[in-house]
Amino acid sequence: MKIAEIVKTLDGSVILGKENLEKDVEMGFASDLMSDVLTLQTSNILLITGLSNVQTIRTAEMADITCIVMVRNKKVTSEIIDLANENNIVIIECCYSMFKTCGLLFQAGLKPVY
Amino acid sequence: MHFQYSIEGGDFSRAGNASSQLKKLLKQLNVDSQLIKRIVVALYEGEVNIVAHAHRGTIDVDIEPDKVFIRLSDEGPGIPDIKQAMKEGYSTASQKVREMGFGAGMGLPNMLKNADKLNIESEPGKGTIVELTTLLR
Ligand SMILES: Nc1ncnc2c1ncn2[C@@H]1O[C@H](COP(=O)(O)OP(=O)(O)O)[C@@H](O)[C@H]1O
Ligand SMILES: [Mg+2]
Repeated sequence: MKIAEIVKTLDGSVILGKENLEKDVEMGFASDLMSDVLTLQTSNILLITGLSNVQTIRTAEMADITCIVMVRNKKVTSEIIDLANENNIVIIECCYSMFKTCGLLFQAGLKPVY
Repeated sequence: MHFQYSIEGGDFSRAGNASSQLKKLLKQLNVDSQLIKRIVVALYEGEVNIVAHAHRGTIDVDIEPDKVFIRLSDEGPGIPDIKQAMKEGYSTASQKVREMGFGAGMGLPNMLKNADKLNIESEPGKGTIVELTTLLR
């Protein structure tokens, strides 16, 4: 699914990475627990999370994740944006709950990792 | 090639810096991206453990043609029962660590899964040494 379609589906705002909206992500994974995210072997996934801190970005970096949706209206700080920018990570903010976000994206055709 | 990084206990804003630097380096060396991911995921969990559980530590990385050897040694409380610590779900992490997205007792099991060899030695009251070996081909 194109990142642009994800943004549209969630009525989200693109905080970082506007130049990457035509890129595709194949699967989604939702968690607030970074150790959980670090168990995934799949790359090029969308991370859906309500955890907005530097470790979220570090986790994405280590796990080769290039797009993050921050749910529950979680805001990112400038420190987070700088780190994400260095690692070429797209950040989307969205005001829906984790459940609604996942439901909408699943319905739109985004595949689960498992 | 040998590299060394120092880690401060409790310094969450910098947790992951060493893993990030190693990742860039391995990319430059054209190591396979799946292998890089295994190495840096294991190292990152180890780095977070020093920040979360110890006072300070040192990470030594040796890159050889056929393997990457990583040694994380720290000064800290140590691990009294390593077998118990290795169990998925076992954690003594603080609330602060949980707020950072860790502390579910998955770090050491994650390291075991991602390394070809994991060796842990610890002296309670003194510190811990974790060694990770990843074969490159
Ligand atoms: N470097 C360390 N120093 C002291 N204790 C540690 C260290 N690494 C791990 N531990 C102990 O082992 C437990 C399990 O570690 P881990 O699997 O990484 O889970 P978590 O860090 O989420 O608690 C920790 O909660 C802690 O009690
Ligand atoms: Mg841990």
